[in-house]
Amino acid sequence: MSELRGVGIGQGVAHGPIARMAARLEPPRDEKSTKTPDDEKAAVAEAVAAVAAELNARGERAGGAARDVLEAQAMMAEDPTLEEGVHARIDAGSTGEWAVHAAFAEFAETLQAMGGYLGERAADLADVAQRVIAHLRGVSAPGVPDPGHPFVLVAPDLAPADTVLLDLDKVLAVVTTEGGPTSHTAILAGDKGIVAVVGTGETDELVDGATVIVDAASGVVTVDPSDEQLAEAAERAAAREAAASAPVTPGALADGTPVPLLANLGNPDGAAEAVALGAEGVGLFRTEFLFLSSEEAPTVESQTASYTRLLEAFPGKKVVVRALDAGADKPLKFLTDAGEENPALGRRGLRALRHHEEVLRDQLTALANAEAATDADLWVMAPMVATVEEADYFTRIAREHGIKTAGVMIEVPSVALLADAVFEVTDFGSVGTNDLVQYTMAADRMLGSVSSYQDPWHPAVLRLIAEIGRAGTRRGKPVGICGQAAADPLLAVVLVGLGATTLSMSPPALVDVRAELKKHTLDDARRIAEAAVAASDAASARAAAQAAASA
Amino acid sequence: MPAVTRTVKIASSHGLHARPAKLFAEAAKNSGLPVTIAKGDGKPVNAASILGVISLGANSGDEVTLSVEGDGAEGVLDALVTQLETDTDAA
Repeated sequence: MSELRGVGIGQGVAHGPIARMAARLEPPRDEKSTKTPDDEKAAVAEAVAAVAAELNARGERAGGAARDVLEAQAMMAEDPTLEEGVHARIDAGSTGEWAVHAAFAEFAETLQAMGGYLGERAADLADVAQRVIAHLRGVSAPGVPDPGHPFVLVAPDLAPADTVLLDLDKVLAVVTTEGGPTSHTAILAGDKGIVAVVGTGETDELVDGATVIVDAASGVVTVDPSDEQLAEAAERAAAREAAASAPVTPGALADGTPVPLLANLGNPDGAAEAVALGAEGVGLFRTEFLFLSSEEAPTVESQTASYTRLLEAFPGKKVVVRALDAGADKPLKFLTDAGEENPALGRRGLRALRHHEEVLRDQLTALANAEAATDADLWVMAPMVATVEEADYFTRIAREHGIKTAGVMIEVPSVALLADAVFEVTDFGSVGTNDLVQYTMAADRMLGSVSSYQDPWHPAVLRLIAEIGRAGTRRGKPVGICGQAAADPLLAVVLVGLGATTLSMSPPALVDVRAELKKHTLDDARRIAEAAVAASDAASARAAAQAAASA
Repeated sequence: MPAVTRTVKIASSHGLHARPAKLFAEAAKNSGLPVTIAKGDGKPVNAASILGVISLGANSGDEVTLSVEGDGAEGVLDALVTQLETDTDAA
């Protein structure tokens, strides 16, 4: 038995035999062909036709949007522009393999240089080139294996063409040796609820047929586990399945303390799914999506229609809408100043809205209209508040437009430290843990090279949240959590122990968090939180909380 | 036989990317005639090449010039222009 560590996606556990994805091909060598140019061309044409046919057939099976992607890839394989490049190289004496490799790579570079959407197509091209070269060599193309029984898929990382066809009845879990928590594989696994551990590193033990337990909750892959370990894993998987199919109840601790569980949404279309998964309201509705890709702010009428659609899905329930949070990673043409050197520290969020107050006033008017037209309990909050004065400004302007409950996002340490004074001038606070971590740790949340700082378990962050929780309790003001942190079940318990009164998360996380809260009383939660806060780094805070939770 | 040429504005809301590019290149290829497309004053590319079309980077509202040669060129041109004037992303 041995263990590999990676980043677990979700809370699931699964076990089964490994089937490896065929390894990436060795790149061809640039050598003189021993065949005639015509023979090389004929071989390439045959390989290209076979690859295009296979991609089209996969598209046919996948259907939907995936079909378009795969058919476009098939067209790329047969593209006349590439064919010219390949033929030119073959005429100059190259082998077919090298000609394909070099011609595709050249075009991929051109696309990459154009950036954005076109840059992403470069990866599609590389995938097509691999398939053509595999065909020329007569080896199996890199791709998802089909051993004929359920399996744990082990791969370096997964390409879109592979992931769209994953048969969820066959794939028990996914382990990737490369890739991190933001890789395509991780996002897909999160979306589809696949048990996954990513970025384990390569070892000789991950061979075809070896049995593994994939434990996403702890990020551990156990190779050749004992019978006891297998039995335990099966038991946990069954318990989780039972919890998922149990009737949805309101979020609460073991002693009955209610902890309303709310949904983070970016679009009114997500409301139905959130309700089905047991969301008791909305803790964070991001309004940016209404404005994305528009040159100008949408009208009061169109905003009213969107907000009404959202509020209608939650009659009698709380819906917290965040005023437009533009800037930094979400620039909007009509709001964001161009050319800032550090936009995360620039005029973003409420600062930008204040600079364009008419946009804020229109949004508040539309929100008040929508509330008047529905039975939902609308709360509105300001993004990126840094001072007590800003909290006061936003609360006043919101009330002026008829908003009953106005509050602020707590994402900047200054506001966490002054939470007492903030709660004096506003109705509630909602902690955005992703940004709070970014500003507490001075680490850009979009930057992979500093991602190790991006851990909401860091005691410095937990202490700020404790400060906010204490202030909320003293002033009798609700404190919500609406960042990624609330979706981590044990961290959710810690946050409640620190004084959070509601938790909001992406809807698929609700089931696991609801189940974990039920295991602990409020006293337990406080004890677990204390243990975490006393630690000196994120890893030991997590370990201390785990120890306290099982004590 | 001289080529027939027309300039048209891209209607597709996401420009000539992905799905619209694929549909357009497919139509150009299936016409059986040599078709080129150029963005603005740029160099014309083979319209039957999805990579050529994608690499134009033509966005919604950009002007492109189509050119078709051969028997029935007018009809082919009409069909391709209609396609570019339709927002295929909306479908």
